[in-house]
Amino acid sequence: MARLELRNITRRFGDFVAVDDVSLTIESGEFFTLLGPSGCGKTTILRMIAGFEFPDAGQILLDGIDLVGTPAEKRPVHTVFQSYALFPHLTVGENISFPLRMARHAAADIRQRLKEALEQVRLGGKAGKYPHELSGGEQQRVALARALINRPRLLLLDESLAALDAKLREEMQVELINLQREVGITFVFVTHAQVEALALSHRIAVMNQGKVEQVDEPARLYGFPRNRFVADFIGQITMIPAQVEESAHGHRRLVVDGLGEIVTPLPQGVVIGDKGVFAIRPEQVRIGVQAELAELKNHFTGEVHSLLYQGDVSVYRVRLPNGTMIEALLPNSAPGRAELFKVGAEIKVGWRHDAGVFLHE
Amino acid sequence: MNDERKLSRSTRFPRWLVSGPPLLFLLLLVAIPGVIMVFASFRYPGEFGGLAPLAASDPQTLHGFTTETYRFFFSDFIYVEVFIKSFVMALATTLICLVMAYPLALLIARSPKRSRNLMMLLVILPFTSNFLIGIYAWMIILGPQAALNQLINILLGIFGAAPVQLLFSPFAVMITMVYVYLPFMVLPLYTNLEKHDPALLDAAQDLGANAWQRFWRVTFPLSQPGIFAGSALVFIPAIGMFAVPELLGGIGDIMIGNLIKDQFLGTRDWPFGSTLAILLTLAVLLVVWLVAKLSGRGGRYA
Ligand SMILES: Nc1ncnc2c1ncn2[C@@H]1O[C@H](COP(=O)(O)OP(=O)(O)OP(=O)(O)O)[C@@H](O)[C@H]1O
Ligand SMILES: [Mg+2]
Repeated sequence: MARLELRNITRRFGDFVAVDDVSLTIESGEFFTLLGPSGCGKTTILRMIAGFEFPDAGQILLDGIDLVGTPAEKRPVHTVFQSYALFPHLTVGENISFPLRMARHAAADIRQRLKEALEQVRLGGKAGKYPHELSGGEQQRVALARALINRPRLLLLDESLAALDAKLREEMQVELINLQREVGITFVFVTHAQVEALALSHRIAVMNQGKVEQVDEPARLYGFPRNRFVADFIGQITMIPAQVEESAHGHRRLVVDGLGEIVTPLPQGVVIGDKGVFAIRPEQVRIGVQAELAELKNHFTGEVHSLLYQGDVSVYRVRLPNGTMIEALLPNSAPGRAELFKVGAEIKVGWRHDAGVFLHE
Repeated sequence: MNDERKLSRSTRFPRWLVSGPPLLFLLLLVAIPGVIMVFASFRYPGEFGGLAPLAASDPQTLHGFTTETYRFFFSDFIYVEVFIKSFVMALATTLICLVMAYPLALLIARSPKRSRNLMMLLVILPFTSNFLIGIYAWMIILGPQAALNQLINILLGIFGAAPVQLLFSPFAVMITMVYVYLPFMVLPLYTNLEKHDPALLDAAQDLGANAWQRFWRVTFPLSQPGIFAGSALVFIPAIGMFAVPELLGGIGDIMIGNLIKDQFLGTRDWPFGSTLAILLTLAVLLVVWLVAKLSGRGGRYA
């Protein structure tokens, strides 16, 4: 099968370093996602894997063989472009069978494989239609079928769902996961939508300014971001400046100015005297009256500063005694109720001893 | 109610204003002269040009309507032959222009945006001088005393062949026609090629198409509307051209345009000139219709 390895890949445009010494290993059959803000180099990496760009340094190995000398049309790698890039002068059937015709397959073989491919993406009756006669979701499926028909070893998807509306996008996400499981081909997916990345991927590489910040499974990435960039980029998070001090027993403890000690697991490398932030997700922060939160190791008094009703949940911003704002998320389980606590009310916030992470600078 | 009426009136007025002048233009300069020409082709020539009267007091003088001009055209094969020759000449001009313009248009369309406008300016630069001046320039370039002709004859002499004369030959007509019409082919081709989405070529390459396949499977079929537009812009005026064969062609190189011109300015046979012009128009329309029918697929996605 297909294991992709990027070794110290660098790509410069003039003085600008678009991809900066990136090393990644993508396992065979994996759904791997490159996630990062606009301009961080995701597309450039995909284009280097596909063969449209060439690294200034480093190697791209597919099953141990360097791809750099192989032209794009000879690589066993296909791409689903953001704009789909369907050929407007060819029918759906001609579009999907294009790779087979380029490789000069026999007509009977093409007919058979086309039939299977059309069924796989549920486009059975549309083979004779032209791309402009299809809906966005159907065009997307044509692009997928076309890229998969001659079984590439690697499929690259560049923001492939970005052009769809929210509802269709969710449907296509499910289809994409099923399709990947079915064909067992290694997928490298590019997006700047973190929710999509979390929902689809086996593993995610978070990128920033040409560098990889963290590679992890979705739940670990969300739960244990390695630095402030990753913590901030994925999901909502409150960051409170904090420092590591020595406790009465000589242990490490985390202290926030004007608030006191916070009980949280401190990572191995952190030593007394380190400064950084304590970061906690809104859904880990509980909000209520004194009695409800008594069993939690961390609890503080605060004042409801503002409240954002989002339908399923309400996000409360609470001002702590030292002036910092913390966000707490409360599910609206009672129908028709938007606010449990009024703005200006004095309440308690608290969280478990294992919630949150310390990110040192 | 009231608002609705006001709205529809205010939108109808500008539409009339916009389509009015072009319609008037076409009516005055195409439809009415066309009808006059059809009538003229069925009449007798006047004594000193113009047309013979419709009614005459003396029954001996020619008057009224006749199909004589059409009978005359088909009675002598020489006229049909000139038509066929002109057709071949125009077709050859179109094909040579296409073969020369396509790579040029492609090169310009794939150049960096900044240099494209400059290159297109160079393509249309010949338009800035009168085209007769261009034709005279070619007469000089191809002349028997000019370096080009001399050099060719020296080379021919080395191989023991007889010397040739470039000027007043089909070759001279052809080369000048291509010179005159080349920009008309480049412009629509460039306009078409420039619009192609480069992602399509990336996709084709990604899916296994080599450079040759990318051209024939993607670029070429997508450029069909440009090819047809350019071919029409070259073929239609080229088939009626008279100045180039007149000035650079030999005796045998005359085209329909020369025939028509001669009927009006030389022989003063207006009815026959009208007949030739009408038959030329019909022949061109037939060709355009055939090409449009054959290119049905090209228009489907455009
Ligand atoms: N051909 C090029 N010439 C110059 N700069 C380029 C070129 N291609 C990309 N860049 C630059 O490299 C950086 C990374 O581009 P890239 O397209 O990889 O970003 P991306 O992560 O895909 O962003 P987006 O989410 O907006 O698609 C950008 O700042 C871009 O301007
Ligand atoms: Mg991109």
